[in-house]
Amino acid sequence: MAFGTNISRRRFVVGLSAAALPIGLSAGRAGEQGSIPDGEPRRGGTMTFLLPYEPPFLLSLFNPASLVLSAKMTEGLLEFDRSMTPRGQLATDWTVSPDGLTYRFALRRGVRWHDGRDFTSADVAFSLRTLKKVHPRGRLTFANLAEIATPNDHSVVLRLTRPTPFLLPALSAEESPIVPYHVYRDGDPLANPNALSPIGTGPFKFGEWSRGNYVILERNPDYWDPPRPYLDRIVARVISDPQQRSVAFETGTADVGYRTPVPLRDVERLRQLPTLEFETAGYTYSPPNITCIEFNLDNPHLGRIEIRQAIAHMIDRDKIAEVVYFGQAVACPSPIVPELAAFHDSSPSPYPFDPDAAAKLLDDAGYPRNRDGMRFSLTLDYPADETFHHLAAFLRVMLGRAGIWVKTRGQDIGSQARRVYTDRAFDMQLASLSNLFDPAIGVQRLFWSKNYVKGVPFSNATHYGNPLVDKLLEDQAVETDPARRVAQWREIQRIILHEVPDLNLVMPRWYTIANRRLKGHSDTADGLEGNLAHAYLVEK
Amino acid sequence: MIKDHVMKRAGPWLRVVAGSASFALPTILGIVILNFLFLQLLPGDAVDVLAMRSGSATVESISALRVQTGLDQPLSGQLAAYLSRLAHFDLGVSTQYHLPVADIIAARLPDTLLLVGGALGLAVVLGLLLGSVMASLAGRWIDRMLSGLLMLIYSTPGFWIGLMMILLFSVKLGLFPSAGSATIGTRLSGLAALYDKAAHLIMPMTALSLFYTAVYARLVRATMIDVLRQDFILAARAKGLHPVTLIRRHAIRNALIPVVTVAGIHLGNLLGGAVVVETVFGWPGMGRLAFDALLSRDFPVLLGVLLLSSILVVAVNALADVLLGWLDPRILTE
Repeated sequence: MAFGTNISRRRFVVGLSAAALPIGLSAGRAGEQGSIPDGEPRRGGTMTFLLPYEPPFLLSLFNPASLVLSAKMTEGLLEFDRSMTPRGQLATDWTVSPDGLTYRFALRRGVRWHDGRDFTSADVAFSLRTLKKVHPRGRLTFANLAEIATPNDHSVVLRLTRPTPFLLPALSAEESPIVPYHVYRDGDPLANPNALSPIGTGPFKFGEWSRGNYVILERNPDYWDPPRPYLDRIVARVISDPQQRSVAFETGTADVGYRTPVPLRDVERLRQLPTLEFETAGYTYSPPNITCIEFNLDNPHLGRIEIRQAIAHMIDRDKIAEVVYFGQAVACPSPIVPELAAFHDSSPSPYPFDPDAAAKLLDDAGYPRNRDGMRFSLTLDYPADETFHHLAAFLRVMLGRAGIWVKTRGQDIGSQARRVYTDRAFDMQLASLSNLFDPAIGVQRLFWSKNYVKGVPFSNATHYGNPLVDKLLEDQAVETDPARRVAQWREIQRIILHEVPDLNLVMPRWYTIANRRLKGHSDTADGLEGNLAHAYLVEK
Repeated sequence: MIKDHVMKRAGPWLRVVAGSASFALPTILGIVILNFLFLQLLPGDAVDVLAMRSGSATVESISALRVQTGLDQPLSGQLAAYLSRLAHFDLGVSTQYHLPVADIIAARLPDTLLLVGGALGLAVVLGLLLGSVMASLAGRWIDRMLSGLLMLIYSTPGFWIGLMMILLFSVKLGLFPSAGSATIGTRLSGLAALYDKAAHLIMPMTALSLFYTAVYARLVRATMIDVLRQDFILAARAKGLHPVTLIRRHAIRNALIPVVTVAGIHLGNLLGGAVVVETVFGWPGMGRLAFDALLSRDFPVLLGVLLLSSILVVAVNALADVLLGWLDPRILTE
């Protein structure tokens, strides 16, 4: 082993010098890499990971909301570096046939489950089969998966009926976790207690879960990639009060939190603290959400394109980013966020901020102002958190200027889901939607006319349908040429920008806030959602 | 006749308890059914919330969840199933945590009782102390100053006081931990565990108790001023008793009566209602559990918390009746 006494002395020195550094480093800014000499990773210590909400399970096999801690315990076939280049995790080698219909994986040898059993191809076959059946996105990802062959214990062959260009990126630990077949052999996978105390192959083992309070993960000493993991333990702590989260970073109670876990007004203040680092990497796999207004196109006013264009002319995205998001957001008229760089179309909205143009469109559409200066009224539903509350108020004022009386309705997510997706008793809703790792997963669902399904959140809420868009969406889902696929998505964005079934506003910037003593936490595409095998503390 | 005889011999306190018990069961059953029905008025169910939080959903995943949680059944069937489980002392399974509700509540109960009991106890003790001082110095500058101070505390929201305490004692001075009920991941025992608990408890307990301290102090002051004017106090004073002895021996029992009555009601409120202070201090109590369950439409947990709260309210009111009888035996004979 490379873990001799000499090295631990060297590590000690590294720890000391890092401890002496902060004064000189306070000038370091967000996103800068290598501002601290990383030296050699150091073993040991407990990392406290701050969670704004508690995942329902600790495994994302059938519940994607559980992915925040899943990958630490349960791994996938592949992982991705910051530029989304795949690396082997449980697979060591893989090939895709030129027609995109056959995938061959060589599996890592000598990997053991946390309970000591050997990891084999039967586990992979079972997991993929189950994901196809029970995972809300797995149903789509593996829809064309016809056959899973396991020629021997260490290889898996997937045969597809049609190409699935987003299949490889879906094989990460958080999206397609590989679970132990021997634990699941009998019964309903949804009812299996493994989702609450997972047995995986990952660098950390399940320790303890105090509901609504914390989860403890312990180091897996038999991990297949020694000397990793470096940390002895991860404490994931649920702190539901946003203000309390800022305090946790200030007092050093929390080592790391992701997706800007503090109130936006605190960001600049916390950034001044020499103990904290603001990191923007680690969001390639799950890019920041797009914040948008979804119109109910069944509403007689909003069904008319000129009304939607008029509303679009009243939107000043830069102002929204500056005022509502305290500058911590980027204007984005496209449904695909800039973070998804390969697909994002950066052209501006065809309807720039122009109140006169909006007024003219509304006048011409036959909506004169009444005595109060109003033309007609609309409701705007939003989930009642602080930022959405401000955004709704902002939009109310802006649209009011054009003579559209907006009644804002804040509510909890249960109420909004029912109102928008089941009862369809809404005119406009504010939503924060994830593109995920590929627009086929995160964006297609919003605009495909066949995905207008009542009662299902994140379906086609606007009731938009355009045969041309439908065709493009269906074509890109089986397109094997990446360049042509990008072109298809560019065309889709062009049409959506023009027809504005939804009005995309901004992409909030997501920061990982970390104590400077923590290193190696955002080196992969999935950052904090990854397995954290490379994370280490420079001082205990 | 015999029954009457037994009741008389068993003492009046047993009568109080028996009286409480006889109406407790129908009351609690009524509360359960009403709670169940009222919760149905909320738009959206647990599956809507689970699907929203997932970030992705399909018709199949949603219908599978409805079957799993029993939400695909008609309302009457759900109520009947719940009552039948309840009759077997089964509170059901949480839709959010996927654990038996009884286990979840049992895990929260000790910390809840500690926080609420501690806060209420502190409020009663401080209230009595301050109220007595104010009553015996009524009209003087100390009384005026304390009255003003208590008015200020009474009208300041608990969460704001909590936030300010965190800023001062946790962020600036680093004296107390800002959140949680114990240091996570340490296996402390004995004195160290006690110290750790106390350090976590002191701020939320104080923040929660301040409002009630103000209420009780004013109650005690008003009652005690009244009591101090009465003849038996004059007699005691004429006997030459020290003012402190006077209050301790003769006045305080009378002044406690309204405090005990009100505190009995407050305890019920506090069990499920300490949610703001629990949230601010990240204290894993029942208030936050109920609030999270409400947002998640986790009705088994919510109904369980409400049921336990109603049982505790009934029990505490019975206890308050007994206490009142001990403080003033005349109450029992009436």
